Amino acid sequence: MSMTPEATDRRSISVTVNGQRHDVDVETRLTLADCLRHRLGLTGTHLGCEHGVCGACTVLVNGNTARSCLMLAVQADGAEIATVEGIASENGEWHPLQKAFHEHHALQCGFCTAGILTSMVEFLQENPDPDEPEVREALSGNICRCTGYQGIVQAVLDAARRLRSPNQESSS
Amino acid sequence: MKPPPFHYYDPGTVQEAIALLGSLDNAKLLAGGQSLMPMLNMRYVLPDHVIDLNRIPELSHIDESEDRIVIGAMTRQREIERSEFLARRCPIFREALIQVGHRQTRNRGTIGGSLCHLDPAAELPAVLAALDATIHVTGPQGSREVPIAEFPAFYMTPAIELDELVTSISFEPWPEGHKSAFVEFARRPGDFAIVGVAALLATNDAGEVLRAAVTLAGVAAGPVRCSAAEEQLVGAGIGDDLIRVAAETCRDIDAMEDVHAPSSYRQHLAAELVARAVQAAVDGPGAGLSR
Amino acid sequence: MSEGLIGTPVRRLEDAALLTGTARFVDDIEIPGMLECAFVRSPHPHAVIRSINSSAAMELPGVHAVFSYADLAPLLTKNLIPPDNPNLEFAETTKAIVLAEDEVCYVGEIVAIVLADSRYVAEDALTLVEVDYEILPAVSDCRDAIAPDAPRVHRHASNNVVAEFRTEFGDCHAAFANAAHVFNLSLKQHRGSGHPIEGRGIVIEFDAANDGLTAWSSTQGAHRVRNSLVDIFGLDETRVRAATPDVGGGFGSKHIVYPEEVIASGAALLHRCSVKWIEDRREHFLAAIQERDQYWDVEVATDTEGRLMGIRGSMIHDQGAYTLLGFNVPHNASLAVPGPYVLPNYQLDVTIATTNRVGTIPVRGAGYPEGTFTMERIMDLVADELGMGRDEVRRRNLISADMIPYELPLRARDGSTTQYESGDYPACLQKALDGSDFANFPERQAQARNEGRYIGIGLANCTKITGRGPFETGIVRIGPSGQITVHTGAMPMGQGIKTAYAQICADQFGVDPGNVKVIAGDTGTVPMGIGGFGSRQTVTAGSSIHLASIEVREKALKTAAHMLEVSEQDLELSDGEISVKGVPELSVSLSDVAKALSGAVGYPRPKDVPPGLEATVNFLPTGLTYGNGVHVVEVHVDIGTGGVEITRYVVVNDSGRLINPLIAEGQIIGGVAHGIGNSLFEWMGYDETGQPVTTTFAEYLLPTAPVVPNIEIIHHETPSTVNPLGVKGVGEAGVIPAAPAIMSAIEDALKPFGVRISETPISPPQLIQLIQKAQAKH
Repeated sequence: MSMTPEATDRRSISVTVNGQRHDVDVETRLTLADCLRHRLGLTGTHLGCEHGVCGACTVLVNGNTARSCLMLAVQADGAEIATVEGIASENGEWHPLQKAFHEHHALQCGFCTAGILTSMVEFLQENPDPDEPEVREALSGNICRCTGYQGIVQAVLDAARRLRSPNQESSS
Repeated sequence: MKPPPFHYYDPGTVQEAIALLGSLDNAKLLAGGQSLMPMLNMRYVLPDHVIDLNRIPELSHIDESEDRIVIGAMTRQREIERSEFLARRCPIFREALIQVGHRQTRNRGTIGGSLCHLDPAAELPAVLAALDATIHVTGPQGSREVPIAEFPAFYMTPAIELDELVTSISFEPWPEGHKSAFVEFARRPGDFAIVGVAALLATNDAGEVLRAAVTLAGVAAGPVRCSAAEEQLVGAGIGDDLIRVAAETCRDIDAMEDVHAPSSYRQHLAAELVARAVQAAVDGPGAGLSR
Repeated sequence: MSEGLIGTPVRRLEDAALLTGTARFVDDIEIPGMLECAFVRSPHPHAVIRSINSSAAMELPGVHAVFSYADLAPLLTKNLIPPDNPNLEFAETTKAIVLAEDEVCYVGEIVAIVLADSRYVAEDALTLVEVDYEILPAVSDCRDAIAPDAPRVHRHASNNVVAEFRTEFGDCHAAFANAAHVFNLSLKQHRGSGHPIEGRGIVIEFDAANDGLTAWSSTQGAHRVRNSLVDIFGLDETRVRAATPDVGGGFGSKHIVYPEEVIASGAALLHRCSVKWIEDRREHFLAAIQERDQYWDVEVATDTEGRLMGIRGSMIHDQGAYTLLGFNVPHNASLAVPGPYVLPNYQLDVTIATTNRVGTIPVRGAGYPEGTFTMERIMDLVADELGMGRDEVRRRNLISADMIPYELPLRARDGSTTQYESGDYPACLQKALDGSDFANFPERQAQARNEGRYIGIGLANCTKITGRGPFETGIVRIGPSGQITVHTGAMPMGQGIKTAYAQICADQFGVDPGNVKVIAGDTGTVPMGIGGFGSRQTVTAGSSIHLASIEVREKALKTAAHMLEVSEQDLELSDGEISVKGVPELSVSLSDVAKALSGAVGYPRPKDVPPGLEATVNFLPTGLTYGNGVHVVEVHVDIGTGGVEITRYVVVNDSGRLINPLIAEGQIIGGVAHGIGNSLFEWMGYDETGQPVTTTFAEYLLPTAPVVPNIEIIHHETPSTVNPLGVKGVGEAGVIPAAPAIMSAIEDALKPFGVRISETPISPPQLIQLIQKAQAKH
């Protein structure tokens, strides 16, 4: 043991999560994931491995995806965070990805889903018209043990279609 | 798996960072955090102090120059991957980077972090070795330059002092229109390579190789330069036989082994993938990715 | 009666909460004053604990308690986690204990628990608990374990054999004596752990008033948790409730009651506070169950036509340090060998060896993948040796449709007979061959080889026992609010079973499935329950819910007839309203009926209808139900790297009548992905001393999206005859024949080299080595 916990420092930070500002006092070693989950009560972000591989904890930090288990909460001071709770529009209408995931049975236990949704939000902003191999590659940083990915791939392709032509309903 | 207790600092300048580094014992520098944070969570490292470099703007930049390209140590892998200038003048970066981890980790991961973590299988050190890059290091005594070939001291340990900090990486770009490829074999896309190959070729109009650089990731503590293969390639016109002969020179390199692959497999892959990388470089952009 | 909902791809009721981040998993539960815990675990495969000193840990601010065996012992009726089958006989020393008294037998075994303000502080304290170990020799590989001079896994044991048994029928001796051909093969089979993305976890809510607790556990068996805690701590059922929040996957990992759950509960009782334990991934690697290793040596006897005359041999199974559930894996593996084939004579001698590794119990598939691997590798061997097509050798040996129901001369684990009650195996095989264009593959293969590409096709059949009983309660209740609720102990771990249950129930009331609330896996609402495993929920609980729904419907109609003063025959029930046919204004709602049956003053009630608009059914299946499947796989093998790419995957699956094809397909595809992991990626490594060497997701590789192909599914629906819904389990179906089908395809691709594959998983370095060895021979 290198030092005693009372010697660990704390910081007051201010983060904006899903548009809402939070001022919290945190231990500097607290991960962003634990801050979101246990300090801000946003338990939609999940921890699956805590070493940056499974992708379940992925959130958007200033618009870019990041593993929230691999960031300290203090590092998010001043940042804008988006989590699964903030993906739907303000009036509660689901994001096209959420609709497509429901339609295509793209989730089973749903534990990995939050990280996949946030990852795909970023991916489709960058690549609005992906093909299947591109979607599979984009999903490679998220592990799903339940679905075998097929429904997820179909859902992402369908969501991309919905986002490109918002008035069209699911083409499935 | 929660980080151990530590003191946290987030200096705003390189000078502040160096002052901290010089005054604190058992300190760790936190760059993109994609390797250090897992090690902290698993408590494989127990630093008393963590110095976060993420709030030092001067460490994040890509200097677009035809003479010497300079990349700040805290430049995110994704910025390098998406740089149109680098895609034109040094396309091997993009080709290598899209095989480095995943989008989510590249958004945070930095070139300096990857270099200093010095995982034997990491792609970026092999690319920098092929480019004969220079590592710019700053410490309490001022700045100095370390050639990439001398940068790895031993396994996962760079040849810099505990109070020194890598600030940037620079290299002379190869001639416009040079050929390059990064080819690797990993169990799944995004995994660390078992073996990776960076290949750069400059050819004349007749297709003869004027200059070649071939380096390997995944076989030793640091990137390995395939000098014998390079010698075979230079001065000759590229053809299947030449590529094969050049690649075969890598079959008896010293290769490490671990629970996932014996050294004989890494030797085999080295020869196989060097051939593929050189061929992919010859074939043109993106050819190395179709596995 | 309309059955409009059964067989329709209703979109899942579970999704909304999961897609918006409002679902509640165990780590999402917060209880005021709750402490978090972490476990001191053995770093040694085998050691004696000389002493434990927790004083330094106790001085750390935020640490509340450190308990080891000595502290918890007074609470325990005995230091044993009750076994699944109390009559099973096996080596006493391997019985599942709550925690180590003075000896640890695998890396990760619990020595003490730390209670602290947070998991962060609890982990800080772990290194401060000083444990003085005397390291003992350990045994890692199960083949080494059974050598007479092997170190003992448990130091007081006389040997490392947990048990031995023989599975047999017919007369192998005669069959082999009369055989035209005898071939033999040795197989090494390995399966890793379940690795649900949500690890294990439990929140124990301490109930001071009752001196009891509510255990919120991410488990596959809430009732098993409740019953075990009652047993271990000598409590009664009123003081313990176990319930499952949303469960983030199981795959076998959450089947048993773990020491962590018991110790955390004991700590809560001892310290009189609520306690949370959330497993981290390293703990899952060290201390969650695995399926791991089996070594098979078998020989096969055939006639001149390649028909099976007999299979005999032996198998060694790695049980790990403790017998956590029984012999399910080796037993099922031995039973699975005949599969869909006519096998007249069979004899397998099984040795179950204990090792200094974490205990093994079933992971998705439960021994069926191993037995199937053995049989399907035999099929390919026979085809190869006799120069027959791999499809033809299977066709010749399959049980034909007119032989169904087919009685296997084998007893299931519960002693029941083994009867394939329905199915058409040759038809399934043909569908798979047609659907995959198997016949034309050689042409494509020849063309690819001309281009220097090595592609191959492989196939495998399987059967799978599903719907293990003995029963599962289904309670259907309509409250005075009109809300329909379903209660059962057979909970989902993420499959979507609540939707399936809701469909089954809603079907009887003409309502939308969304109007049915399903509460599964809560001992507070259903007294008896068994749980979610063995592809059993829809078969057992689904049938009970179906029958209970019919009962409630009939009760409602009878009551409504009384209330409306008409005959039951004149009534119709739709959309939750019971009305007189042709006179829709003459109606009562289910809420009205429920109120009437609640005994509300002022409502008339028929004297011959018992109170309460509800029914409880414990359906007892007359037998187990057997599903079957055929997988055809195409691969491309990169002979330069040993990399295998699966380029096509066709599945024919018969899981009886499908309640919800969307969910069933999800199960099959997920199972195939798991099977791909077991074939090409997932390897839980230990070194020769018993230290695990793959303890992160960077070392233990789960399949990711780019390495899993699209799975083409062709359904074949043969209703089961042993339950009223005609359903068969589907949860494990996809995983079972994946490995042998993939190995068959790889061998086919590498036919020019004559490579034979005798193990799973197979890695690129191993394939390169096999190719090089084969080349050296030529």
